[in-house]
Amino acid sequence: MKLITAIIKPFKLEEVRQALTDLGFEGMTVTEVKGYGRQKGHTEIYRGAEYAVSFLPKIKIEVVVPSAGADKAVAAIVAAAKTGQIGDGKIFVAAIEHTVRIRTGETDDAAI
Amino acid sequence: MTSRLNMHALRAAGVLGTLALLALAAPALAAPPPPNKGDTAFMFISTVLVLFMTVPGLALFYGGLVRSKNMLSVLMQVFAITCVMMIVWVTYGYSLAFTNGGALNNYVGGLSKAFLAGVNAESLGATFSNGVTMYEYTFIVFQMTFACITPALIVGAFAERVKFSALIVFCVLWATFCYFPIAHMVWYWAGPDALGDAAKAVAAATGDAKVKAQAALDAVTADAGLLFQWGAIDFAGGTVVHINAGVAGLIGALMIGRRVGYGKEAMPPHSLVMTMIGAAMLWVGWFGFNCGSNLEANGTAIAAMVNTFVATAAAGLSWMLVEWMAKGKPSLLGLASGVVAGLVAVTPASGFAGPMGSIVLGLVAGAVCFVFCTTIKNAFGYDDSLDVWGIHGIAGILGAIGTGFLANPLFGGSGILDYTSKPGQAVVANYDMMAQVMTQAKAVGVTVVWCAIVSIVLYKLIDLVIGLRPSIEKEREGLDITSHGERAYNS
Repeated sequence: MKLITAIIKPFKLEEVRQALTDLGFEGMTVTEVKGYGRQKGHTEIYRGAEYAVSFLPKIKIEVVVPSAGADKAVAAIVAAAKTGQIGDGKIFVAAIEHTVRIRTGETDDAAI
Repeated sequence: MTSRLNMHALRAAGVLGTLALLALAAPALAAPPPPNKGDTAFMFISTVLVLFMTVPGLALFYGGLVRSKNMLSVLMQVFAITCVMMIVWVTYGYSLAFTNGGALNNYVGGLSKAFLAGVNAESLGATFSNGVTMYEYTFIVFQMTFACITPALIVGAFAERVKFSALIVFCVLWATFCYFPIAHMVWYWAGPDALGDAAKAVAAATGDAKVKAQAALDAVTADAGLLFQWGAIDFAGGTVVHINAGVAGLIGALMIGRRVGYGKEAMPPHSLVMTMIGAAMLWVGWFGFNCGSNLEANGTAIAAMVNTFVATAAAGLSWMLVEWMAKGKPSLLGLASGVVAGLVAVTPASGFAGPMGSIVLGLVAGAVCFVFCTTIKNAFGYDDSLDVWGIHGIAGILGAIGTGFLANPLFGGSGILDYTSKPGQAVVANYDMMAQVMTQAKAVGVTVVWCAIVSIVLYKLIDLVIGLRPSIEKEREGLDITSHGERAYNS
């Protein structure tokens, strides 16, 4: 099994979710995060205080897929999340040792 | 906010030993008319509006500007101070501010009305109009709300780093030694009828009796706070409330020191939504503050209303535009701050200025306060967290001195009333603008110096006995949890 972690622009979430669902990957975990890579932040001014804010809001999607389907899933995410502008995000793929479905006790590929 | 109201003007002169002469010289005084029901209803609403300014208006305005880990501590400080001051006011605060203080009467009143002794639901007091009365209770509660908001304003200067217990003790002592005396000096007087009746007696007397009657009139005129005697005017509290709070705040900010991480760590407001809500509540409530200071629902109260609208709008726009040009974007915080600066500046002028003069005052206050809250604060590096000095202190000074200019009938102002040359009627005296401006400046000076000295002494004392600041770890973790065991937000 592979853990696919994708950092994407927030407004792309729905497209990415739809793309993964169309491929048969049901289920994901979504977190609101802040970060930056090459995209620049902005300046905020509150009365006399100026703050250079480097961190930009992003969405992190985590989905665990069978190893065979990982490449397809990554390609789908890239296609859905891409805008061509700096800040589109990144995808990381890691290996997962063990998975359990809590309700039924199914493990590994049967659990995802 | 002002109430130059001296109730005992209409009560037995025997209350005041020094005014025994009045009983001899005055002709039989007609029974005072009962308070007008419209006036009482108007003052009722005004009083409630001022409470609304403090809770939740000021609480939210300040609260939104701090970090979320300290939001609850700001709400708590404002709310608790409000409650404490109410009790202090009715036990001895009112008496110290608005009674005759005997030998110390120039500076402070006495304890003759401590615990509101002798006051009941029927007691009456003076307004600014001859022959118009108000219930003394009305005056007491109205002024009480002013005594609540003034110390509550101070907390903004050292938000996020003050010990709750030390703060409450400070507020009680500061009110005792600074707010009540200054309120007495600026607003305590014998009232229009006492003056008018004494002046009538002088006009009616002949020969030796005239000399006695004149002495009586002099005594009534002198039965006032020092700054009132000088002729300083402050309609709703530019000096008593705002300059006072501003100075105490600045000194507190300096003596307590900067927040941990100030200048290095980001500390943006956690909710400008709350700040805007608070600012709007302050504006709405301020009509009670300014218009209610007229003590009756007549044309002057409505004039104060007009001024409270236009000066505020002008100041908001002024700050917004200056910031737009200086920093590139108009900000909500700037607009809200300008609005508050305008409200502060128009406070002492509200019953005296004309609308066009008020607009000018607002335009100036918005721009000047912007400079103080940005350039000047950063240049000196002090952490007046919520700009209590930059807004309340500076706009208070601008307004107090500006009142000297704006009250001039030439600029649409109302002039200053003279109650003695035509006793029973108030007439507009000849207006000597530069003399009035000088008087205003002197009054500002006295307020600043008195408040500064009292504040320095009290902060030092309290720091030695209780400690003004929580520990650095507590400050880092946040006052909500460490001082109050609660979170403002649980999700």
